[in-house]
Amino acid sequence: MISVHFPVLLVLVPLIAAPICLLLRPLPGATWAIATAASWFCLYVTVSLLFRVLDSGTISYLLGNWAAPWGIEYRIDLLNAFVLVIIAAIGAVVMPYARASVTREVSPRRIYLFYTMFCLNLAGLLGIAATGDAFNLFVFLEISAFSGYTLISLGRDRRALTATYRYVLMGTVGATFYVIGIGMLYMMTGTLNMMDLAARIPAVAQTRTIHAALAFLTVGVGLKLAMFPLHTWLPNAYTFAPSAVTAFLASTATKVAVYVLIRMYFTVFGGAEIFEMFPVRETLMVLALAGMFAGSFVAIFQENCKRMLAYSSVAQVGYMVLGISFATVTGLAGGMIHLFNHALMKCALFLVMGCIFYRISSVKIADMAGLGKRMPLTMAAFVVAGLSLIGVPATVGFVSKWYLVLAALEKGWWPIAALIVASSLLAVIYIWRVVEVAYFRPVPEGAPEVTEAPLSLLVPTWIMVLASVYFGIDASRTFEVAHAAATLLIGGGK
Amino acid sequence: MQFPGLFNYWIAIVLMMAGFYMVMAHGNLIKKIVGLNVFQVSVFVFYISMSKIKGGTAPILEPGFEVYSNPLPSVLILTAIVVGVATTALALALIVRIHDAYGTIEEDEINAQESES
Repeated sequence: MISVHFPVLLVLVPLIAAPICLLLRPLPGATWAIATAASWFCLYVTVSLLFRVLDSGTISYLLGNWAAPWGIEYRIDLLNAFVLVIIAAIGAVVMPYARASVTREVSPRRIYLFYTMFCLNLAGLLGIAATGDAFNLFVFLEISAFSGYTLISLGRDRRALTATYRYVLMGTVGATFYVIGIGMLYMMTGTLNMMDLAARIPAVAQTRTIHAALAFLTVGVGLKLAMFPLHTWLPNAYTFAPSAVTAFLASTATKVAVYVLIRMYFTVFGGAEIFEMFPVRETLMVLALAGMFAGSFVAIFQENCKRMLAYSSVAQVGYMVLGISFATVTGLAGGMIHLFNHALMKCALFLVMGCIFYRISSVKIADMAGLGKRMPLTMAAFVVAGLSLIGVPATVGFVSKWYLVLAALEKGWWPIAALIVASSLLAVIYIWRVVEVAYFRPVPEGAPEVTEAPLSLLVPTWIMVLASVYFGIDASRTFEVAHAAATLLIGGGK
Repeated sequence: MQFPGLFNYWIAIVLMMAGFYMVMAHGNLIKKIVGLNVFQVSVFVFYISMSKIKGGTAPILEPGFEVYSNPLPSVLILTAIVVGVATTALALALIVRIHDAYGTIEEDEINAQESES
């Protein structure tokens, strides 16, 4: 039965697709077909895994049939099944889009690299989410990071190179911090299996080594997920990367890092009561709130629309971290729903940026004057996804903010709830700036003729937009999964 | 403090901080990468030190071999060394392309060119 091996196949298939893409270098069409097939296969596998986990509980897969904790275990529970579906779905939607967009934005002799690196990146991200071994996670973290660096450096602007360089420095420091943290955990417990770690940490939780490990892990993962103030690599990297890359990375890479943080806090350190032992909650909460406001505030003043959305990502990551910092079932579920929702809407928004760039070769807000009439479908997608980012009812953005506010009120922290609402209002300002230019400014004299973006770009964009509306109206499905996963994590579900 | 005792860990910390400082303080892109390498090597030292037991040998199942050093951290570090080599290669390749694009590998000159455009 092949489906027994699904947990490892979802990593193996894109991993093997990558060198095949490299071999098929002279045929860009074939590389695209292989990468697309790999991403769709992953979507099928992850969705079937999610349903299997919902039906029959956690799946444990032993790599090479070596018994855990000595061998590497792939452990799919509700939390990572949920994250896996998000990653694979974004990949499967971005791939059909990528063909036209990448041909326009990447130099022709590097196109095969895009598909190769995309497959590697997908394998890395899915691996991070699937594995139950802390060191294995580091390996996948680096696979996804390296392919991500290459993807970003494919941008045509030379600033893509310096942005990548900064990302390499920060990313490597982050990953190395993670390794130091894992090393310290290994010193005290002698195991790398997450379940095993969770069982052994409480006995040694009061040692300095474990405390230092927690600090290193938090900062290392914080760098990867662009937690304020460790976000400085993000804006330039997202701005100068090709649009398809930004759309994919913005909605998966930081989300997976958020997943790692959740996994570390609630599974590995789950028995150690770190939220009581340390000011973890206060630290995370202050940084999350600072990120929410600083990110949104800086976004308001950006000239470049992609850069504006990148800063908005910093703010949105803040909401997820805020959800984690509550450490209650509602808060964690809210953070996880926001993880899903933000992936949808940020992917949609960056896909819109790709459509605009395809036609007018610019994503500066000033150049978008009158686009509302000239590219009506594209700009309508921007408006709907933008409303979702703000958190208007009947969009996904509303659902996650609703649960975050509920979580804050549950604890009686109404000032936090007020801050969540206030920071959403900042999103109104930066989204409105674009809408105002696109719809209410006349088309400048002598502007080149612009038509609607081609269907191969519009269809994936609208799939994301419609998904963000659909899951906004009917949130019961996502909430059910996220709530069950949060209960499992906080209820001491080992 | 007994000697060597925690000597290896002290060295790991010194290397770590020295490397980290180089990454932050140097303006030259290649020197930053040198710093990053030192930083990563400190982690290798850290891992290998923790597995070593005084008088310990490789885990051999024969009479006469009583004290074993844990081989796993060394194996993990082999992986981390590969990652380190890959980081260096990637960063150097990037620096070559940055040099082509900007004509310099000094951070402040690059920043000056970027703020002009």
